[in-house]
Amino acid sequence: MLAATEPQPTSLGISGPAHVAVICVVVIGAVFLLRLLRKRQLRGKYTLLWMFVGAVALILAAFPSLLDRTARRLHIYSSPNLLFLLAIAFLLLVCVYFSWELSRLEERTRVLAEELAIQRGEQEKEEIG
Amino acid sequence: MPGTRSPRRSATLVIIPAYDEEAALPSTLDELATVRPDLDVLVVSDGSRDKTGALARAAGVAVVELPFNLGIGGALQTGFRYAVRHGYERAVQFDADGQHDPREIAQLEGGLDDGAALVIGSRFGDGTVEYRVGPARRGAMAVLRWSVNSLVHQKFTDTSSGFRAFNASLLQLFARSYPVEFMDSTESLVIAINEGFTVVEVPTRIRARSAGQPSNRHVRLVYHYLRLMVVLLSHTPMWRRSRRTPT
Repeated sequence: MLAATEPQPTSLGISGPAHVAVICVVVIGAVFLLRLLRKRQLRGKYTLLWMFVGAVALILAAFPSLLDRTARRLHIYSSPNLLFLLAIAFLLLVCVYFSWELSRLEERTRVLAEELAIQRGEQEKEEIG
Repeated sequence: MPGTRSPRRSATLVIIPAYDEEAALPSTLDELATVRPDLDVLVVSDGSRDKTGALARAAGVAVVELPFNLGIGGALQTGFRYAVRHGYERAVQFDADGQHDPREIAQLEGGLDDGAALVIGSRFGDGTVEYRVGPARRGAMAVLRWSVNSLVHQKFTDTSSGFRAFNASLLQLFARSYPVEFMDSTESLVIAINEGFTVVEVPTRIRARSAGQPSNRHVRLVYHYLRLMVVLLSHTPMWRRSRRTPT
């Protein structure tokens, strides 16, 4: 990923303990996610979603100047604000997506209950008649 | 179905997952019944909104209708569950759209006879290829094949075939947990090998689909490839507390 990087003398590479911490958290998180996936406790699509978040965090930690330059270009004075803006927007999107999934699940549960009730009714009728 | 006796007549069950296949299903069932009248057939209608279920029932085969669409993996697992519940010793996955030749079920059965747990009918196995795919898809399939082959240390020419045979112990496993997302066949291949099952490939020919469209758009395909890569990554021995010692 990010193979072609322009020369960035000031902040290329990992600088400071915070960045190292981010990288550690992402790596541990990724291993954790993959284990959950393997044990079938997490669906592939959600693993992919959170791995994507991890990848973005990793890129930002490895190349902090990326965030600074983007913020400047968008006329946002403090680059952490850009980070928070993006994070909040992303989390909102995820929330909407989860609401959609939840609605789908509720719908399916309802259909299952209906099907089961009908089956049970028919079975009881068979047993009596 | 408590109270009803098992409808089992043969030791092998042909499982046909079908989603809105009313156009192709009757002729597929017809040919199957003509060529292999000895085999029990189960059609799993995967939340079909057309006459798939009714047509299958009219053809005299066993039918299970899911109340909503679960996708191919869910439909297959339903079939495996049915097979295990009714005491079948083997199952053959067969396509509803007529692209598989029922005469070649014998080849798959031969693989099971030789001791394999999973026999895959490969579309690229030998010279008699009747199956053509575009360059993008071919490239993607090549990457996938390479990933799978290096993961399982075994060479497969076709990891996404939908023409497969399963033995009893693999049916037990897959009746409990079968990959439910898209590209289930690739993932199940990796799972089977990781669980120590013998998987072999036999060459089969594929015919033009008699009806229906290949069911994927490109963006979705890219997403599914990414997802599958993550899934495959999760199956690398690194994360596993392995119960078996690798050879």
